[in-house]
Amino acid sequence: MTMFLTIAVIVLIFVVIFQIAKASEYVSVIKGENESRKQNNKINGFLMLGFMILGLIGIWYCNDLYFHKTLLAHPAASDHGKKVDQMLWVTIGVTGIVLIITQILLFWFSFKYQEKENAKVFYFPHNNTIEVVWTVVPAIVLAILVVIGLRNWYSFTGEAPQGAMQVEVTGKQFGWIFRYPGKDEQFGKKYFRMIDAANNSLGIIWNDTAIKKHDGEMQQLKDDKFGHDDIVTEGTVYLIKGKPVKLIIGSRDVIHDVGLSHFRMKMDAVPGIPTTMWFTPTMTTEEMKAETKNPNFEYELSCDQMCGNGHYSMRAIVKVVTQEEFDAWMGSKKPAYYAAFPDKEPKAPTAPTADTTKLAGKKDTAITKAVAKN
Amino acid sequence: MSNEAVLHGAATSHDAHGDHHHEHHHHETFISKYVFSMDHKMIAKQFLITGMVWAVIGGLMSVLFRLQLGYPDTSFPWLEDLLGKWWAEKGHITAQGYYALVTTHGTVLVFFVLTAGLSGTFANFLIPLQVGARDMASPFMNMLSYWFFFTASVVMLSSIFVETGPFSGGWTAYPPLSALGDASPGSKTGMDLWLVAMALFVVSSLLGGLNYIATILNMRTKGMSMTRLPLTIWALFFTAVLGVLSFPVLLSGFILLIFDRNFGTSFYLSDIFVNGVGALPNEGGSAILFQHLFWFLGHPEVYIILLPAMGMVSEILSVNARKPIFGYMAMIGSLFAISILAFLVWAHHMFVTGLNPFLGSIFVLLTLLIAVPSAIKVFNWLTTLWRGNIRFTPGMLFAIGFVSLFISGGLTGIWLGNSALDIHLHDTYFVIAHFHIVMGVASMFGMFAGVYHWYPKMYGRYLNNTLGYIHFWVTMIGAYLIFWPMHYEGLAGMPRRYYDYSIWESFKNFVELNKFISTVAMIVFATQLLFLLNFFYSIWKGRKVTSQNPWGSNTLEWTAPINPGHGNWPGEIPEVHRWAYDYGKDGREFISQVEPIGADESHH
Repeated sequence: MTMFLTIAVIVLIFVVIFQIAKASEYVSVIKGENESRKQNNKINGFLMLGFMILGLIGIWYCNDLYFHKTLLAHPAASDHGKKVDQMLWVTIGVTGIVLIITQILLFWFSFKYQEKENAKVFYFPHNNTIEVVWTVVPAIVLAILVVIGLRNWYSFTGEAPQGAMQVEVTGKQFGWIFRYPGKDEQFGKKYFRMIDAANNSLGIIWNDTAIKKHDGEMQQLKDDKFGHDDIVTEGTVYLIKGKPVKLIIGSRDVIHDVGLSHFRMKMDAVPGIPTTMWFTPTMTTEEMKAETKNPNFEYELSCDQMCGNGHYSMRAIVKVVTQEEFDAWMGSKKPAYYAAFPDKEPKAPTAPTADTTKLAGKKDTAITKAVAKN
Repeated sequence: MSNEAVLHGAATSHDAHGDHHHEHHHHETFISKYVFSMDHKMIAKQFLITGMVWAVIGGLMSVLFRLQLGYPDTSFPWLEDLLGKWWAEKGHITAQGYYALVTTHGTVLVFFVLTAGLSGTFANFLIPLQVGARDMASPFMNMLSYWFFFTASVVMLSSIFVETGPFSGGWTAYPPLSALGDASPGSKTGMDLWLVAMALFVVSSLLGGLNYIATILNMRTKGMSMTRLPLTIWALFFTAVLGVLSFPVLLSGFILLIFDRNFGTSFYLSDIFVNGVGALPNEGGSAILFQHLFWFLGHPEVYIILLPAMGMVSEILSVNARKPIFGYMAMIGSLFAISILAFLVWAHHMFVTGLNPFLGSIFVLLTLLIAVPSAIKVFNWLTTLWRGNIRFTPGMLFAIGFVSLFISGGLTGIWLGNSALDIHLHDTYFVIAHFHIVMGVASMFGMFAGVYHWYPKMYGRYLNNTLGYIHFWVTMIGAYLIFWPMHYEGLAGMPRRYYDYSIWESFKNFVELNKFISTVAMIVFATQLLFLLNFFYSIWKGRKVTSQNPWGSNTLEWTAPINPGHGNWPGEIPEVHRWAYDYGKDGREFISQVEPIGADESHH
């Protein structure tokens, strides 16, 4: 019922506006074309000026309302991010000045030079000097922006520093899988035909296998021992404050994108073509909670490339922690290999659930503590 | 005196003037005049009205998905009644419905409205009239161009009604998502229809484009040298060249996609494991290859959309400022520079695909270089207004609005074109704000400016002015209210193409703003309906045009009869003696292109 009422009201408004418009046209015809044109010019000239003034106020008001909700209101959480923010400010400055000046000129000219009787227009078809000036000046300004941009671009896309932590990120519909190389600091080889959604979500090659490809050819895969200690997690990834991290990014199905807005970083996850991205987190999750005064704050990893109907829910959490917290967390993790092959797991007498190399030799109490902490 | 008489009374004495077109050399039936017409003016109207239908469909789709974004917690039971369970359930747009709407909105607006509806309309209408030709080089190809577009429209429309829904992987149709029906239901039949529709569309666009180029190069009237052409024609010329050179690349990309989808090839597919299906046999393809092929059209495409608007705006600003366009040669030069650069910047859409950083830096440089000719254009428009004598016709208002939007949206291109910033802003609402302002709304404004300005030539009647003013101001204010705050959402990192933000701690802070944007979007959409009402009402009931040259304009179309017949000029085609922009010269308000240079005339 309300719907019909709404439609009726809208139609009514339409009819009213339409009738007024029609009537005003009759009036203008009776008044004469010139007279009504003058009147319209005056009204629209003032509206131009009004639009300019209200628009400038609107820009300020909008900034007042929403600036504190943007990421610029808080420091970036990575070293790259700080450079991005600096560059953003320079770009905002340059484009902002141009925006304000040109818009003011546009609407001011429109208002000032509205049709007046006996006004003589200035026949001004071209002027080489000023045309050269406004070609060269923007070119110089843009060159400066390009230089700043490319310096950052090369430092962001350059090689990760020696000793950077490595984490593999794999997108799938609709979630993220993370892999740490384990104690040997080497990822085991993987192959997409080895993927088993339940036990081997990445397809790590854990044993010698022969696979029949679709063209009938047999493919021999060799067990890669490096993969036996790889740690695989889903949903949350832990990074260390102050330690550069290199993400090795891939996808299991369609194109996804690792979006890390607080770190100002982003990289596509493409099936078949690994990509990389590195940065150094500079604030822990806890520090950012304090900075943003939001106790629920988390660094979120969002999928930023349309990947299907669940795209909007493809979320993971990035926990930036200190080295000690990280070690303790890592210590509580068991290589995926043992989860897939429980019988292969070396039986530690005291701690069957949380035995890793780091904790294996320690006493029961220490283990329980470490586990409880997480 | 009745109202009708008030409106049209003055017209009668002039009617004889415009009636020459009744003496046709061959008999015209309804079919040959209105359906399979080979008159460029009728084809232009066909493009325009089909484009309008698509604009309403595409616009309505945006209203529907804005309903979801603005009011995620409100239930609208009528949505389900209206759209059915697939699209809307329990009063909410479904996720699959949302993505289908977003994708179709993008495809339809970019290709069917702003390419076919804009350049299809005005290239057809203006090229023969402004260069002084009786029709296009090949009227038959021109007719085919429209009917291929019409067929593409029918196929695209039908895809909305298939059981698995229309294609819903975003208008850019990146594989593997667009190649795998198992990864997204929209990539099943819906995608096949989408591809067929787009292929037909490319054919239409090529037939049209070749015709435009041939006509401009070969069929100019006596005296109409290239440097005497109005800027509209220059812009439409470059548009056609861009289309002819880039659409085939898009088609090749689509053909490979069709092969991957249907014939088991692996151009784009490799190393894929689909949930519930398992590992696919494909190996060795590159998903990025499609993006290169797509954006090789995709970037010129934004200029295919924008250049006609720029051309029309240049013309309309000059006519209504009663002043020559400033820097005519610089305007042509910048159009040329933009057209060349348009082909050399496509990878700036791909900075975060893992592109080689060195290659990326070249694309940064070339992308920011485009800002230079764009800046020249803006400064020239501003100088055209300076010390003019401006008449605010609705067409002029939209032209000024275009310049404002082009500045606002163009400047944010400097942010996004710089790869180091793009890493941060890519695929956020900042991008949505940028391209909607600079390409979407600005080109729409160019189109409106053109419609208001040339409507008297199209139909021999005026649009209602008051409705035009209401239309302009609501749309102008609305466009800024909708898209300006989106920059802030983008700077908050909010990703685009999200159905729901409620689970995201970082992105859920804009509930009120989203509601506001959606509400304004609905008002703006309703105002466009008001424009349509004005358009169709005025075809039959509008105030009649009583003088051949109502705007006091120099170009040739205004030397043709008020209602030109097929062939445009009843007698000889007029000869041209000067450029199109002698406004305010030697104390004369305007000097038509057909007037010979006087002995005592000053040089410029």
